Amino acid sequence: MLIYILKRLVYVTPVAIGVSIVCFLLVHITPGDPLSAILPSDATLELQEQMRAAYGFDKPLPVQYALWFWKVIHGDLGTSLATGRPVASEVGRAVSNTFILSTTATLIGFTFGTFFGFVAGYFRDSWLDKLASGISVLGVSVPHYWLGMVLVIIFSAQLGWLPPTGAGPDGSGGWRPDLEHLRYIILPAITMSVIPMGVISRTVRALVGDILNQEFVQALRAKGLGEYGVFKHVVTNAAPTALAIMGLQLGYLLGGSILIETVFSWPGTGFLLNAAIFQRDLPLLQGTILVLAMFFVALNLIVDVVQTALDPRIQRG
Amino acid sequence: MSAAPLVDVKGLTVDFAGSAKPVRAVSGVDLTLAKGEVLALLGESGSGKTVTMRALMRLLPKSARIGGQVRVAGRDVLALAPDELAAMRGPVVSMVFQEPGIALDPVYRLGDQIAEAVMRHEGASRSQGRARALELFERVRIPSAARRLDNYPHEMSGGMRQRAMIALALSCHPKVLLADEPTTALDATVQIQILLLLRELQRELGLAVMFVTHDIGVAVEVADRIAVMYAGRIVETGSCARVVQAPQHPYTQGLLASRAGHVFAKGERLGTIPGSPPDLANPPPGCAFAPRCKVAEAICTKDLPREYQAEPGHVARCVRLAPAPATVAA
Ligand SMILES: Nc1ncnc2c1ncn2[C@@H]1O[C@H](COP(=O)(O)OP(=O)(O)OP(=O)(O)O)[C@@H](O)[C@H]1O
Ligand SMILES: [Mg+2]
Repeated sequence: MLIYILKRLVYVTPVAIGVSIVCFLLVHITPGDPLSAILPSDATLELQEQMRAAYGFDKPLPVQYALWFWKVIHGDLGTSLATGRPVASEVGRAVSNTFILSTTATLIGFTFGTFFGFVAGYFRDSWLDKLASGISVLGVSVPHYWLGMVLVIIFSAQLGWLPPTGAGPDGSGGWRPDLEHLRYIILPAITMSVIPMGVISRTVRALVGDILNQEFVQALRAKGLGEYGVFKHVVTNAAPTALAIMGLQLGYLLGGSILIETVFSWPGTGFLLNAAIFQRDLPLLQGTILVLAMFFVALNLIVDVVQTALDPRIQRG
Repeated sequence: MSAAPLVDVKGLTVDFAGSAKPVRAVSGVDLTLAKGEVLALLGESGSGKTVTMRALMRLLPKSARIGGQVRVAGRDVLALAPDELAAMRGPVVSMVFQEPGIALDPVYRLGDQIAEAVMRHEGASRSQGRARALELFERVRIPSAARRLDNYPHEMSGGMRQRAMIALALSCHPKVLLADEPTTALDATVQIQILLLLRELQRELGLAVMFVTHDIGVAVEVADRIAVMYAGRIVETGSCARVVQAPQHPYTQGLLASRAGHVFAKGERLGTIPGSPPDLANPPPGCAFAPRCKVAEAICTKDLPREYQAEPGHVARCVRLAPAPATVAA
């Protein structure tokens, strides 16, 4: 198993380097000078040259990349042009906020998704199946920012039960695990959970239906197992795929939550990306994208490893 | 041994409530199986052998309606509650499936699959169950049994998997073993080993065995009696020797065509008969074989023939066996 993990790590290295090159080039392929956003338009040529040298933009590209890469692996992602704070700390805080929101949403989605999926798969074509499948189709097809706004209107504006935006009462943007902060995560997490719930429930439904039709289920009944005994086997057979889907959904949420984070002003990576784009804060944009991309690479690796560990049929070659 | 037979089936019917018209896969099967007896079920594909066999354990999809009477070891199988039925599957009747590759759970270790059955029926602990599994693996002669217990099904060859399947079927000391083409999925040399193993276990344990095969040589070698099925009915039953040497029903004669009197070699498949079996959703009124029968008479397409005795223990559903006019006049 250890050898398998090492092997996968070796395979992943070129991908990671490729990703870093793309991120690096991002700054140089965007139209306009990266400094033009912060320099006053009437800056003297001399000042422009000075700034260019200060940011290292005057050196040849490969040298710039090597310098940048060297800094990156030491945890230095540069300085935000807009705030002057280190990009690494901005991104770090955003990542932890997004991570908390996405994990909560995925867990909620996984719990309800597997529940609906099992019900629908077990009672195929009954009204229970139609109900559960209907809910999950709704989950995948309803635009989530719209759902977010509807929830805010009902639970914040009308009923006043939950705060509409932000990650905490102090407005500092950091989420902490206490009761007061918990109230802030409920609406965005539920809104976000609708996507993984729909996907997971549909997958599990198909999976369960497929497993129940297999010959070995007949053989399990033939050795005297009751519904509960058979259910345990169905769960064990469905688990590797269901968990893999959950992992991929988590990854998807971690990267693709700009809309929800913006609707709820949740200070995560999506919110940060949004800000970086609109302020043309290229170092911040570069750092955020790099971190997200690396995260995806790592996530795929983890999903592969976990699935291999869970499913004896996959060869650990 | 004058007691009631271990398996006693009367007028068994199985209908599949399908999309359009219900399909009558089994229409009135009578069968008995005594303790320690081996019965071979022969017949073309689609004649209802698998469905009949599974009906004995009520192992059919929800769309199946089972009628008639099935008694196994004194139990009225069709009247059992779900938990009584589950309690019977394993210690009373168990089944060896045709393809062990798909009949074993792919993500459970083989030892645990056997231990699970022992734990379920005997309230044993997991380690006791594993101990039983080891015993059985040795009994079915799986080499390095202790190590093999931790294998997953895909890690074994087809023959070894079928041995494991047999071990599983025997795990709770059943009285009746049902085997649906237990060797068709295997290659020829392995087939023979598995058959020899089954016969040996059957003799040692005094099992009653019902098995489906397409191989007459196997039937002759392993079985005491043969039952021939056609379109959901048993058309002829009798001792192996009699059925093979003096088949009474034209269908059986067709199957054995040009073979009568000759010794059957293992591996010899049943012959084929021109024409095709009737549509089970629209069965013909009389004898189902009449449309393909060379010696059919007018009456054959009208009334369903009843069973006539050729000699004690050898019966066939064919009017040609009817005793001459005396009965008609009475
Ligand atoms: N689940 C089902 N739903 C509907 N019809 C079925 C079902 N299972 C079996 N049948 C029908 O019942 C009939 C008998 O099938 P069965 O599997 O018993 O045949 P068989 O004699 O075992 O054939 P083979 O030698 O090919 O195994 C077939 O015509 C088949 O179409
Ligand atoms: Mg069959």
